[in-house]
Amino acid sequence: MSLISAPHFRPEDSVRKIMLTTCAALLPGIAIYAWLIVPAILTQLLIASAAALAGEALMLKMRGKPLGLFLTDGSALLTAWLIALTFPPLSPWWLIVTGTLFAIIITKHLFGGLGQNVFNPAMMAFAVCIVAFPALMSQWPSPGLQLSFADQNRIIFGLSPLLDSIAGATPLDALKTALKREGTIGVPELLQNRQIYGALAGRGWEWVSSAYLLGGLFLLQRRIITWHAPVAFIVSLAALAGLLWWFDPSRFASPLFHLFAGGATIGAFFVITDPITGCATPRGQLIFGAIVGLLDYLIRVFGGYPDGVAFAVILMNIAAPLIDALTQPPVFGMKGKSP
Amino acid sequence: MLAAIAIMALIAVFLGAVLGYASIRFKVEGDPLVDKIDALLPQTQCGQCGYPGCRPYAEAIAKGEADINLCPPGGEEGVAKLADLLGREAKPLDAEERPPQVARIDENICIGCTLCIQACPVDAIVGAAKQMHTVVASVCTGCELCLPSCPVECISMQPIPESIDTWKWKYPVVQLQEATRKAA
Amino acid sequence: MMSKLKSDRPLYRFNGGVHPPGYKEQSTREPIAIAPLPQRLIVPLHQSIGGTPRPLVKPGDRVLKGQLIGAADGWISSTVHAPTSGIVRDIALHVQPHPSGLSALSVLIDVDGKEEWSERNPPDYASLTPDDIRRLIQQAGIVGLGGAVFPTHGKLTPSAKFPMEDLVINGGECEPYMTCDDMIMRERAEGIVRGAAIFRDLMQPKRVMIAIEDNKPEAIAAMRAAVQAVGEPFEVVPVPTLYPAGCAKQLIRVLTGKEVPVSRRSTDLGAQCFNVATAYSAWRAVCFGEPMISRVVTLTGNVGRAHNVEALFGTPIEELIALAEPKPDTDGILVGGPMMGFLAPDTAAPIVKSTNCLIAHSPDLFPPRAPEMPCIRCGECARVCPQDLQPYELYRFARARNFGKAQEYHLFDCIECGSCAYVCSSHIPLVHYFLFAKSEIWAREREKKAADQARDRFQAKQKREEREKAEKAEKLAKAAAAQAAKKAAEAANLGALDPEAAKKAAIAAAQERAQAQRAAAQPKNTEALTAGQQQEIAEIDARRAQAGVDHPESSS
Repeated sequence: MSLISAPHFRPEDSVRKIMLTTCAALLPGIAIYAWLIVPAILTQLLIASAAALAGEALMLKMRGKPLGLFLTDGSALLTAWLIALTFPPLSPWWLIVTGTLFAIIITKHLFGGLGQNVFNPAMMAFAVCIVAFPALMSQWPSPGLQLSFADQNRIIFGLSPLLDSIAGATPLDALKTALKREGTIGVPELLQNRQIYGALAGRGWEWVSSAYLLGGLFLLQRRIITWHAPVAFIVSLAALAGLLWWFDPSRFASPLFHLFAGGATIGAFFVITDPITGCATPRGQLIFGAIVGLLDYLIRVFGGYPDGVAFAVILMNIAAPLIDALTQPPVFGMKGKSP
Repeated sequence: MLAAIAIMALIAVFLGAVLGYASIRFKVEGDPLVDKIDALLPQTQCGQCGYPGCRPYAEAIAKGEADINLCPPGGEEGVAKLADLLGREAKPLDAEERPPQVARIDENICIGCTLCIQACPVDAIVGAAKQMHTVVASVCTGCELCLPSCPVECISMQPIPESIDTWKWKYPVVQLQEATRKAA
Repeated sequence: MMSKLKSDRPLYRFNGGVHPPGYKEQSTREPIAIAPLPQRLIVPLHQSIGGTPRPLVKPGDRVLKGQLIGAADGWISSTVHAPTSGIVRDIALHVQPHPSGLSALSVLIDVDGKEEWSERNPPDYASLTPDDIRRLIQQAGIVGLGGAVFPTHGKLTPSAKFPMEDLVINGGECEPYMTCDDMIMRERAEGIVRGAAIFRDLMQPKRVMIAIEDNKPEAIAAMRAAVQAVGEPFEVVPVPTLYPAGCAKQLIRVLTGKEVPVSRRSTDLGAQCFNVATAYSAWRAVCFGEPMISRVVTLTGNVGRAHNVEALFGTPIEELIALAEPKPDTDGILVGGPMMGFLAPDTAAPIVKSTNCLIAHSPDLFPPRAPEMPCIRCGECARVCPQDLQPYELYRFARARNFGKAQEYHLFDCIECGSCAYVCSSHIPLVHYFLFAKSEIWAREREKKAADQARDRFQAKQKREEREKAEKAEKLAKAAAAQAAKKAAEAANLGALDPEAAKKAAIAAAQERAQAQRAAAQPKNTEALTAGQQQEIAEIDARRAQAGVDHPESSS
């Protein structure tokens, strides 16, 4: 007892609190998602959570770690929710389970468990599944989908087929197709279709994105995340989109569209702010966020996949330790001097 | 085809020239490896490795004649450091590890024969013929070389007790595991 | 008079810091009490940074209150005095108030209760030179009472190159629970101001600021009144309450905007900082000739009667905390504050110059630390670090025993304030890791130094042996040559001289040689000895005789 070192008291803060607060910040987004897009997202969240906790328990058992302590830390739950929210909502249950188990077992525990993983588990799950199951991973529910909650669940559990009339490409995908088929149809004309594209970036989706933004602001207010990475991401994505849009508005969508389309806001506030796989120094976070924004735009508009957040984040995860090492802030008394 | 071979050959010649120039331009005098090994040895000069002092042992290691696990005062940690430097496999120490110690002369028995003064590799014993000898504890390396030289066996080795100045904070992990077990 | 809690001067801020709850009210309800005399005092010789004082007394000596019992060893070293009158029972190892629980040389005094002062001759302050005052302060054993116990006289020399601008008197006291400085400022404000004036006279700064955290309005009011009463142009500056604003570097930053790097002294930036209690003690020493023999200690925590006492150095911790009536569920005593203090491994240890606070520890007040989780690099530790370090990186390296890298990330800039461990959401004892890394690095440096010294001495010995060998060979060669020459000469003379006379001469020469040899064998340092040394030699000889050892001379 005598060797327990100072400080001898501390406030009630914990990893669990951080993780669960982050989960709570996702709730508005989930609510809008379920209300405006697909209620079955709730089923997917349940499937992912169960798979994540099972995978986590298995790995903890095998690694001889205290189950009670780590299983309740909330990190697996957060990973599961991010996976469910980034996968197509009507994808079959086994796809979500595969992605989740890959995230927990390979991306997280084989790298050393909580705090040791190099890559963001949710983004790894997305990247692996989109490479392995490209067709399934690009079937998004068509706008204005008329299907009951029960029918949606039947699709998820493979009891009824996913018809082409129900599923389609995302707005981002449609834009890329338009860009590649130069000149057939301009972006402004495409976006005219309010039925599909809503006011900004996809009917319904823009509201989901806004809800994520709201959750992100809540995290900022609770000091769970800092402003650096999200702001850098948004600024760099918007700046690049704005530049190309200004250059040729008939082929490129507006910055606002890009900010509210796809995984931009969930990525900005819930993925690149992941402390374990991101940068920790303030300047590092700025660089990290900015480059993710840049890569995201490039992959979205010129790459082979509809959205680029996952790949951009994974690429930058590799670079994060280097960025951190190069952006060490000066210590007390050494400001303005060479270290 | 010919062009490719010619280009590769040219590149080879060029790189070879660069390497050759570098080896002349940046030539390192002396044998830094021996110095590096010597710097890792504890310099007790005790000869327990079978070599007459730390430097000869360092030279023997550098030549590959001696193993890296022969130095008891260096301990397991010393072996690990040598293994690290030389890129060799760390081996368990080929002797018992010894806590730090210092020689002490029983002044009631000492006959002032000066034999231990001659035996001490670091001149840590002061005294003169027929005068009582004493060990300067701050420079004594605890090598034990003075022990066999004493005709009346008045020298003994005393372990150096831990003091507040030399006390070290222990690695926290072990205690934490205990705390975790208690909490669980 | 309502005290103004806003500072007039523009203040700066340091990065980070935390807001732990204060718990200060409970120990400020009573005035400072005088602790009763204990039966026995344990006065450690080494109570400050720097060299260990040499003991000046022997077991059985009678000592008077304030008598010098430990003399300074060098300039950066302080002195130790008898806290009260009594008999020296022993000079022995005794357990120390230190996290190791190890012992150190202490003077054990049986208190006679007479409180008989040794001669105090207050010097005439006006006639003293600055060097006199510094020496006086060293002789009085004045060290920094804020907790670092650096010898105060060593901080009282302004830098030769940089003009002295700001003298800071530190009444920050940012540690929770601790109120000893607060109470001194409330009750002994005038003494502090006069002590600060002494420091001012020595340092000649442009301004003197007395900085007090704004959670101590009474102390601020008392200090303002005292400054006015004494008529000094000192400024009492309330500073925002933020841990660790009481650390000298952070306080200097708040008041002046100057950042003192670890590698430099604050005087190099024209600033210096002293604790309020140190200023008070310096005044008592310089103007009353009273050495430092006691200090105010806060007794608080899980106790019935939290208050401050003036306690003699050497009072056992257990006796002192008993004055505060600890509650039955007390399971240990914290020495120092809860942010930086340690649990006393043994409460028989005495209080020393650095002991500012004793806190009765109970599981209710200080719940055991939750199990350590892996670091998730959330960066909160870096955001609260007042030294702008990256504790999560330091932790990673310290944990992996990668000490070189830890030093590269400025491990030794860490002031161990505990802010990082306080906020760590993974409950990692970060400071413990840093202490571990620091002590390992120090141990390695000691080993390296010892090895270098041994190498140098070994090489010197080898060189000397070679030289001696060469000299001997030369001598032998010369002697042989001389012998040969002599023989030749003798052979030539043999016929000419009387053989009897030659034999006599040879005998005489041999006798002479023997005489010379005997003289050479005699130790050369036995002449011109003092009476004391002669006596010592006689004593040693007697001991040898007793031990049955032959006298070196008689054995040959």
